Amino acid sequence: MNKIDNNKSNKTADNNLYAAQSHLYGKIWIWTAAVLLLFVPIAICVYYDAWPGFQPVFKGLLGVAPIFWTVGTIEVITFTPMLGTGGSYLGFVTGNLTNLKVPAALNAMEAVKVKPGTPEGEVVSTIAVATSSLVTTVVIGAGVLLLAQLTPVLNSPVLQPAFENILPSLFGGLAVVYVGKNWKIALVPLLFMLVLFLLVPSLASSVGILVPVGALISIGAARILYKRNKL
Amino acid sequence: MSFTTNAPFLYALAAIVILFVIAQSLFFLIRAYRQAKMLNMDTRQINKIIASTALFTIAPAVSILLGVITLSKFLGLPLPWIRLSVVGAITYELPAATSTATALGIPLAETIADPKVYSAIAWVMTLGIMPSIILVPLLLRRIQKGLVSIKNKDAKWGDLFITAMFLGMISAFLGMVFADIRSGLPGFIPIFVLLFSAILMAVCGLLIKKCGLKWLENYALPISMLGAMAFATVITPIIVG
Repeated sequence: MNKIDNNKSNKTADNNLYAAQSHLYGKIWIWTAAVLLLFVPIAICVYYDAWPGFQPVFKGLLGVAPIFWTVGTIEVITFTPMLGTGGSYLGFVTGNLTNLKVPAALNAMEAVKVKPGTPEGEVVSTIAVATSSLVTTVVIGAGVLLLAQLTPVLNSPVLQPAFENILPSLFGGLAVVYVGKNWKIALVPLLFMLVLFLLVPSLASSVGILVPVGALISIGAARILYKRNKL
Repeated sequence: MSFTTNAPFLYALAAIVILFVIAQSLFFLIRAYRQAKMLNMDTRQINKIIASTALFTIAPAVSILLGVITLSKFLGLPLPWIRLSVVGAITYELPAATSTATALGIPLAETIADPKVYSAIAWVMTLGIMPSIILVPLLLRRIQKGLVSIKNKDAKWGDLFITAMFLGMISAFLGMVFADIRSGLPGFIPIFVLLFSAILMAVCGLLIKKCGLKWLENYALPISMLGAMAFATVITPIIVG
């Protein structure tokens, strides 16, 4: 009995150490990434002696910052619970979360039948996000190197509809897995979004802002159903 | 210093950023793989996850590459390459470039020749996405503590909470697919594609459950996604004409 308890406490200690180190290494990597990102425009300004001045940057930011800072903040709150520690520190540096990293992580956890927030879920999510980041980097790198040959193919009218429909192609499959399993929770936010987009189609361009709205409605619906023992 | 948007110096900057992204990805991949072994997880299953995730990533990655090509028409290759390899997405980078160019009274119809305009665009692109990077190290522990406290109080509700969050995201994107239906039959194309993807996933599910094709579990999502994309190339010319 004591041996089993010891093994359990050793495993918990290992998991706690891994989690703590993930935060430490993650912070080092993400702050380095922040410095590196800022280094790019600074290096361009210094090398070409081309400082744009405060006003053009401020005016440019005015057009995008209110939306994208809001979406960025929302994404951190919404996606970090799904991605876990390693997945978050990596995914938020490599980007393309909604259309790539979050579905990749959740699909991987679903395939191995582990849950977000568990030690196994943490590992699987990190592996999925890292693999996805590496493959994306390789595909973009190869594409840039072979740009002259690839551009006519990628821009061909035959392939255009495929890339225009990448989100419905992705979310149709995901819906079967997740909505199918949790249709009671999904019903209310789905109906809400359906009506909203039918009434205001222009919202499609700012779908990022509607993700937390959907999440709040979904959490509210889940809470009511759970309290009434319907889940 | 003479300026072109495809200068070797800019390619050197791109190389540094790309190498950083590769190094960080490899670092986390190796750490997580080792931890999976420590947790006695089945390494064959983990390898399958890596293979299926890689396959699943190819199509969206090609779509990101298309974003690089789009932006390269006026920004050259290195800057879009940097931006879309870290944090950025075409849905953000294009408005950021357009907003800055408009503020400076410059049309984004041809390649930028003024280094000041170019650096202004680089600054706006960078500063516009900074919250995503800065907030993760500041908020992640707090968010996780909040989730742990929810789970400690009620484990089942804790799981439902995360599931509900993800369903909220899916709902927003599923709703978005219906945004164009008032424009006539072409507006229904995304819905047909979505339904085809769903049917493919359902067929995969049946094959896994009824025919025992366990290996499909890892590849059902890439198959449904790529199949639906192929379907889009078939139905679009028929519907649009």
